[in-house]
Parts: sequence; structure tokens; C-alpha cells
Amino acid sequence: MDFIQLGIGRWLHIASGVMWIGLLYYFNFVQVPALAEAAKDNTGAGITKHVAPRALFWFRWAAVATWLFGAMLLGAGFFKAFFFMDRAFYAIGVGAWLGTIMIFNVWVLIWPNQKKILGMVQATDAEKARARRVAFLASRTNTMLSIPMLFFMAAAGHQGIFFG
Amino acid sequence: MKNPLDSLWGTVISGLVLTLILYQIVNFALR
Repeated sequence: MDFIQLGIGRWLHIASGVMWIGLLYYFNFVQVPALAEAAKDNTGAGITKHVAPRALFWFRWAAVATWLFGAMLLGAGFFKAFFFMDRAFYAIGVGAWLGTIMIFNVWVLIWPNQKKILGMVQATDAEKARARRVAFLASRTNTMLSIPMLFFMAAAGHQGIFFG
Repeated sequence: MKNPLDSLWGTVISGLVLTLILYQIVNFALR
């Protein structure tokens, strides 16, 4: 049973997390600067039409998979982590809260606004401009939060090393 | 004041600062 929950669960949590955060970094470090460059000579249509929707699909569902496999890993310790009920769960508790804020940003702020930007739902130009700003800031917030989130995920199994 | 999240470096530095703050809090709580 431990092999499934703690072994396979950890493996899948890391694999889906790599896809989620990898695509988050792709958006922030590659796609956003690339589209800004492309706007100068109107060459960004291919990225917007063919790349962004696919990247967003895997991004948002990888976020769900990461969170669910994380919850599976925590198992009976889920509430101990989220409510800081046990010292052994302090580091993973911080990481879990950061990851939870991030998945909230993905599904509540980034994805609904990206649908307006990409023309999947009707929006006026003013609504699109606002959607672009909200999605951008939510994505940047997630990039910022990913730094401590990864630190505390790494620290979780090694509290003795990280916190002496 | 400019929003640090508007630049990639501002975002990364904000993340590092937040890591340091949260580390100190957890470290203090574990003492």
C-alpha cells in the first residue's frame, strides 16, 4: 500500500509537477517575451493559434494532477499539513498552501482570462485588455510563488537538513 | 512605484525574498 501511495504517488506528483511548472516557466520565460517581440512585426499569430491553447491545456490539467497526487501523498497527514497541526508537517504545509494558491490562480484567474484573450469566449477589446493584465499578473504571481513552493517541497522530506 | 512582477528579474527576486521570509518563519516555529 505504501508503494502505491508514497512511491507511485510521489513519482506521479513530481512528473505532473514538472509538466505544470515547466509550462509555467515556458509561458513566463519564453512565450510572453516572444509574443512581445512578435507584436512588433505581426508574426505571433501562429503561437497564439497553435501553441498557446495546447500549452494551456496541459498546463491546467497538469496542475490538477499535481495537486491530487500531492493530496494522495499526504493521505492521513492532509489536515496536519494544511492546518500545521504537527511539526513534522510544517515545511510541507507551507509548500502545500503555496501550491493550492497557485492552482487557484490557474483555474480562477489565468484560464478564464486566457479564454477571452484567445477568443474562445466573446469579449470586447476593453475586456480583452483587462483579461490580458489579470492573466499576466496571475501567471507572474505563480512564477514568484513557485520559488518558495519548490524550496518547501524539497525541504519537506529533509527538515533536519533544511532547518537544523 | 513599478510592479516588480512586470519584469522577470523582479519576479525571481520577489520569489527569493519570499522564500527567505517563509524560511525564517518556519525555522522560528520549529525551534
